[in-house]
Amino acid sequence: MSLKYIGLSEINGPLVVLDGVSGIGYDEMAQIRLSDGSRRLARVVEVDEKRAVLQVFEGTRGLSLENTETRFEGKPMELPLSPEMVGRIFNGAGRPIDGLGDIFPEKTADINGSPLNPVSRVYPQNYINTGISSIDALTTLIRGQKLPIFSGSGLSHNKLAVQIVRQAKIADESGKGFAVVFGAMGVKNDVADYFRRQFEETGVLSRVVMFLNLSNDPIIERILTPRCALTCAEYLAFEKNMHILCILTDMTSYAEAVREFSSSKGEIPGRKGYPGYLYSDLASIYERAGIVKGAEGSVTQIPILTMPNDDITHPVPDLTGYITEGQIVLDRTLEQEGVYPAVSILPSLSRLMKDGIGEGFTREDHQTCANQLFAAYARVQDAKALASVIGEEELSDSDKAFLNFGRLFEKHFLGQDFNENRTIEQTLDLGWALLSQLPREELDRVDDEHLEKFYDPSALERAGLA
Amino acid sequence: MDKIFSVNGPVVKVRNTKSFSMQEMVYVGKKRLIAEVIGVNADETTIQVYEGTTGLLPGEPVEGTGAPMSVTLAPGIITNIFDGIERPLLSLEKLSGAFIKDGANVELLDTEKKYDTTITVKAGDKISAGDVYATCPETPVVVHKCMLPPNASGGEVTWVASDGEHSITDDIIRVRDEYGRETTYNMIQKWPIRIPRPCKERLPISRPLITGQRVIDTISPIAKGGTAAIPGGFGTGKTMTQHQLAKWCDADIIIYIGCGERGNEMTQVLTEFSELIDPKSGRPLTDRTMLIANTSNMPVAAREASIYTGITVAEYYRDMGYHIAIMADSTSRWAEALREISGRLEEMPAEEGFPAYLPSRIADFYERAGYIKTLGGAEGSVTIIGAVSPQGSDFSEPVTQNTKRFVRCFLALDKSLAYARHYPAINWNTSYSEYVEDIAPYFSENVAEDFMEVRQRINSILSKENELMEIVKLMGSDVLPDDQKLLIETARVIRVGFLQQNAFHKDDTFVDLKKQYAMMKIILLLYDKCQQAAARGVAVSRLKETGWFERLIKMKYDIPNDKPEMFDSYSAELVSELDGLEV
Repeated sequence: MSLKYIGLSEINGPLVVLDGVSGIGYDEMAQIRLSDGSRRLARVVEVDEKRAVLQVFEGTRGLSLENTETRFEGKPMELPLSPEMVGRIFNGAGRPIDGLGDIFPEKTADINGSPLNPVSRVYPQNYINTGISSIDALTTLIRGQKLPIFSGSGLSHNKLAVQIVRQAKIADESGKGFAVVFGAMGVKNDVADYFRRQFEETGVLSRVVMFLNLSNDPIIERILTPRCALTCAEYLAFEKNMHILCILTDMTSYAEAVREFSSSKGEIPGRKGYPGYLYSDLASIYERAGIVKGAEGSVTQIPILTMPNDDITHPVPDLTGYITEGQIVLDRTLEQEGVYPAVSILPSLSRLMKDGIGEGFTREDHQTCANQLFAAYARVQDAKALASVIGEEELSDSDKAFLNFGRLFEKHFLGQDFNENRTIEQTLDLGWALLSQLPREELDRVDDEHLEKFYDPSALERAGLA
Repeated sequence: MDKIFSVNGPVVKVRNTKSFSMQEMVYVGKKRLIAEVIGVNADETTIQVYEGTTGLLPGEPVEGTGAPMSVTLAPGIITNIFDGIERPLLSLEKLSGAFIKDGANVELLDTEKKYDTTITVKAGDKISAGDVYATCPETPVVVHKCMLPPNASGGEVTWVASDGEHSITDDIIRVRDEYGRETTYNMIQKWPIRIPRPCKERLPISRPLITGQRVIDTISPIAKGGTAAIPGGFGTGKTMTQHQLAKWCDADIIIYIGCGERGNEMTQVLTEFSELIDPKSGRPLTDRTMLIANTSNMPVAAREASIYTGITVAEYYRDMGYHIAIMADSTSRWAEALREISGRLEEMPAEEGFPAYLPSRIADFYERAGYIKTLGGAEGSVTIIGAVSPQGSDFSEPVTQNTKRFVRCFLALDKSLAYARHYPAINWNTSYSEYVEDIAPYFSENVAEDFMEVRQRINSILSKENELMEIVKLMGSDVLPDDQKLLIETARVIRVGFLQQNAFHKDDTFVDLKKQYAMMKIILLLYDKCQQAAARGVAVSRLKETGWFERLIKMKYDIPNDKPEMFDSYSAELVSELDGLEV
């Protein structure tokens, strides 16, 4: 049953109020038809017996109290789904915008999804080989993980995301293929275009579903974009058994849309004006990653966010870090030194790494090598700090050795070409070769057995990197 | 029948009714969503719904239950995994598949399963509240004791069932009170989640909760019946520390509350705990564990309730005479749930949008810990270990600050330690425990006479190092005199060899107090012998060349837990080598 109401009783920012309505459910969808025949989508955000508050997705421009006709659909927002979505481009609310017509839906699903029962999850353990040393060795990406990239404006996060998409290889070949779901929230037109072009050039475009909400599109639609993208991802993964890599960019724009919407509703603001429920709201997006028992597919999420003013304690990166399973942090200083990808490894982390590496997954010495690289690079920072005070000449021999290690590490290990795809063996061997530039007794995270096997000060020279 | 007036997220209002009482559990809507009354006034009753409210219509019915929000207490809790309002997740999975649907009303505990029950009273016995009337093995390591509920009046037992196989709904005993009224009890009792279960008296805290984690046991020990907070920014290892404690601490029963945390982490706990064997009982860890998983995307109101559900179950097992440890990961998510609901109620916010009653709610929760004598006369304890996730890693935010006021053990996780992969990243300088004095006699009696002195010396070396590092950061370590260089070297051995602990190493993941003591002792021996040698004029560089500093750093791996005698040979070797150094 659908009910129609003529006129509105209040318009406030993206919100409209209807009085004298009944039988309207919370979170229900509605269509508003203007007198010129155009239609807008809206969602019920508050109801009581006679009154409903709706948010209008395409904005309230042109709406008046009299020229509208509101039809309630009696159900929450649903996305039509079909395997044909792969290769298509949609707007932020899930309507096709590539001029190829509507899709023929196999089913529809509520875009808000439902929480995944923890007992129905499979603990993710299979690693994804990205061919990027800093990620593979130190913040290993696991299938079914949510691993965000914390970046800043002007850093090369988009390039890194493209490289991951292009090079990502799954260690074993279960499931029915691999696809990318790309959700863009409030990105600039050229950024969206960059991704599309890159996908095209590398021949993955036919495996990509794009949901585009550009920076000048309505903010309410931006709130729907990641939900549409993830509904599509869940459908392809858990019903069509595909491995999905879901890239969401830029989560900061998304959070700002939530803030804007919240303030227009007159809600009490929390930190930096963001609503108090931002954590739950972000969690309802990020938690939609994983592997479900009985399905062969998986959803792996790589959300990208730009830290305002490079501040990792800003609410958006902060709350994200508390929900996601680690983070890859990009660093402006490294970027300026010409290191690509400028991954700052010390604050970066992959929480699922410990169970997805080592014997049977990557290589038996992976954990040891990674631990020692982290510890050594932390020492490099101390040595750098000291050198900036007393000068490099005055440093002790061991501090000098660490400084040297740091330089080589940044240049050869972190730095790699946009087209360079390293195997995990190459990455780990390179790690050991670099560690071998340090005095043997400084490697306090490595046991004798591994030292015996991997400590070789001449290895770097043989690789032609000394 | 009362009807919904308005819906706003998890908050539902009903107008013009007087039929509900505060904190009553109610069913909302045609789907019968579980909810609780959180505000009543003349015009309006406010209800928070523990499930998603999408599609809820004004005008749908609201049905009271006449009872406060309660948990069902009976055999079948341990080994199980529940959501925030004690619905078993496995039953939810059977009912609605991998994704949780709203309005799933499931049986809270298995009523079919038969337990081999022994009745411990007979007709004619006197029985009062808190007394045990039946026992049954709930798991191979937990014997469940059915007790007369604390609010029962007690009296004379007039009838008992026979020993043998019973399900939890079978009648077990009948009791006649002093007025001649008879009440029949089965194995189930209910208790409101927001009311602490009574006990006979609180006992002073005197025993440590042994965790096998060196930095905790020796530097900032937790006591049985005590409270501890683990604050730390993301990636500093809160969850990892909680997991380690849940795995290895010497409580009888672990209640792990995943409050607004990651789904994959809960799955990890589930799989890992069923594979890990408890060294004390030889059984999987799940046999002594109850899990509550209310992940971050599950309804926010149930997240608020999950903490209370957990603590009420803990108190119930405490009343049986067990020692319980509760891991609440994370209490910040619970505080945020309070804030979120408070915001929906349009309450006046205090600091950072948190409601003004945040400190009293935190205090209420931590006060439910304690070492007590039960109504039945046994001793039991509830220890609360709460993780705190400070916003922006800033310990001055309201949840951390208020928690700090109500806990006596503070294990501060440090970002720079975590970045250097020093785990557990508990900062020894900013952490503290007020239980040290309470439990010092236990250490002296059970580990070693001079345990506290040894601990004190280790502590003072670390704090002196902290001072010296200020200089080292500015001028490098070369400028220091020999005795200070030695102190810094020794502190490094303590930090890397002792405080740092490898959770993935079979020996190092859990270390008993005797080995912890032996490790401290030998580090101090090295320090003393080096000082003596330096006083004789031996250069610090030569002392370092002996390799003893490196050897002691690796002793945690090289000396297996079951070979404590190796410490003696280490000591003998160390003394002879260092004493033999010539100028």
